[in-house]
Amino acid sequence: MRFELTESQRLVYRAVEEFAARQVRPRAADWDREGRFPHEVIPQLAELGLLGLQVPEEYGGSGLDAVSAAVAVERIAWADGSLALTVASHNSLCTAHILLFGREEQKRRYLPRLARGEALGAWCLTEPHAGSDAAALQTRADRRGDRYVLNGTKAFVTQGSVAGVYVVLARTGGEGPGGITAFVVERGAPGLRVGKKEEKLGLRASDTAEVVFEDVEVPEENRLGAEGEGYAQAMRVLEGGRIGIGAMAVGIGRAALEAAVEYAKTRRAFGQPIAQFQAIQWMLADSAVELDAAWLLVLRAAWLVDQGLPFRKEASMAKLYASEAAHRATDRALQVHGGYGYIREYAVERYYRDVRLCEIGEGTSEIQRLIVAKAILRAT
Amino acid sequence: MDVVVCVKQVPDTEQPIRVRADGSGIDEQGLNWILNYYDEHAVEEALRVRERHGGTVTVVCVGPPRATEALRTALAMGADEAVHVWDPALEGADHLGVSRVLAEVVRRMPHDLVLCGRLATDDNASVVGAALAEYLGLAQATAIAKLEIGDGVATVEREVEGGVEVLRVPLPAVFTVERTINEPRYPTLPGIMKAKRKEIRTLSLQDLGLDPAQVGAAAARVRYARFDPPPRREAGRVVTPESPEEGARLIAQFLQDTAKVL
Repeated sequence: MRFELTESQRLVYRAVEEFAARQVRPRAADWDREGRFPHEVIPQLAELGLLGLQVPEEYGGSGLDAVSAAVAVERIAWADGSLALTVASHNSLCTAHILLFGREEQKRRYLPRLARGEALGAWCLTEPHAGSDAAALQTRADRRGDRYVLNGTKAFVTQGSVAGVYVVLARTGGEGPGGITAFVVERGAPGLRVGKKEEKLGLRASDTAEVVFEDVEVPEENRLGAEGEGYAQAMRVLEGGRIGIGAMAVGIGRAALEAAVEYAKTRRAFGQPIAQFQAIQWMLADSAVELDAAWLLVLRAAWLVDQGLPFRKEASMAKLYASEAAHRATDRALQVHGGYGYIREYAVERYYRDVRLCEIGEGTSEIQRLIVAKAILRAT
Repeated sequence: MDVVVCVKQVPDTEQPIRVRADGSGIDEQGLNWILNYYDEHAVEEALRVRERHGGTVTVVCVGPPRATEALRTALAMGADEAVHVWDPALEGADHLGVSRVLAEVVRRMPHDLVLCGRLATDDNASVVGAALAEYLGLAQATAIAKLEIGDGVATVEREVEGGVEVLRVPLPAVFTVERTINEPRYPTLPGIMKAKRKEIRTLSLQDLGLDPAQVGAAAARVRYARFDPPPRREAGRVVTPESPEEGARLIAQFLQDTAKVL
């Protein structure tokens, strides 16, 4: 057992941190305030290799192991939660779906464009009336000769309005999980329309929108896998995605803890820095312990991926614990700041809003508990 | 153009550096070790020479086992090969000892150009580059801010007081580089993964045919007597003037009488 990153994983950590500290962190507050997707930074993400994290080099990606990918997402999240969500979802949802389940020709067609940032990826599973209950989705894909015709509305799609490549889960068969199939749809396909752009509590510089399909024709060659395999594929994609959300939560939580430590050392009350008060010290200590535990859970899940071992339960545990621990860490950091924590001038206000999504996206905390419980009950 | 770059791994100066309680050195616990900034610029310049003139870039480092990470960083930036020299006898070697070891490594490989950083940010000594040139018997220029490669000759610029010194130096030569020479590239993630697969050649003193008594601690002409932390910065003095004019007068008085800079 070795509790340390390998040499190359440390280099990934440092390279991403340096980029994040110089190019992302100083601009994150502005992007948040403007609620604007930072298009200008996308080419830089691509150049560093952040848009094809685990895409093999032969498809133009970085070819990272899962641990390195988690490290990269964590460091971006430390600088900006919004951009971390963009990176995490682009990589671990849309791109991963094509990488895991695409045919060779589909991989050659889409992965290099996604890795080079020529197209951002979006993944369309959730619908207005089907969130946690994804198997109830209603978007139709009806077969007409050698094509499918898609009709329906997808909700809360990350990169919904800025993506170039969409992976869409739609119903080709009867009710339930067995009737669902995955397709790749490209931006500009007639009938594909961006619906309402969501005004979110946090992560305001990430793009979230409704995506509407009205008689969108998709050639059969864009189907990922066989008919009826979509739901199982989506569940497998989400398992990997959860490690990314866990890493993202840890990054935001660490940024909040750092801010709290800094503030506690400089802010004085009753004649001394507030860091001298035990009430403050306990908050800092609790956050440090919980964020460390969260990070170890995230690394363990990623390590399992790299060993080719099952990781569903562990990914859920990591995502569940990390998102809740990071929520508490940002809450305490805000409290340490007192009134200053409640105003926009201090970054903890943003961290507090940003981290909340981690308990909802890619499976709510309740769904994670369900997965963990199922795994335990099955094993005993 | 075969370029050899000599690099050093140093503590990250963006972290607080602590001196051991007994003054025997710095406390290495929890330190982040990085490729010396000046050497990053040397690696970058070597890569640019290769891009313009072809050839190879080899990085060389003398240092303990952890120093391979600095070499790996240079490989991730795009260097072709890396050589790591370590031997327990080198613990406590001084700058001249390290220079002699580097000279032996460089002598054994093709080298049209040898680049070093102007200094290492740990001890700021600026010795190794110059000593290396002496041991190799090559021409040298230190702290160069511009490098142009011609036919068997390099034109370099040094920033000197009140102007720029332009030197024409026959190749092969040793140059130490200033940080203004270029803007180093970030190692990219695919670059890091490629570097992971490259082999770092490790050499001992025996491999180089060097006698520990001549290059190791035993031969060191410099010994560190004691390390002291820099004096603690005292709290600033706050003045509360009645008017801007009075504030200006108080500051001027302070600069003149206390700080004695006016």
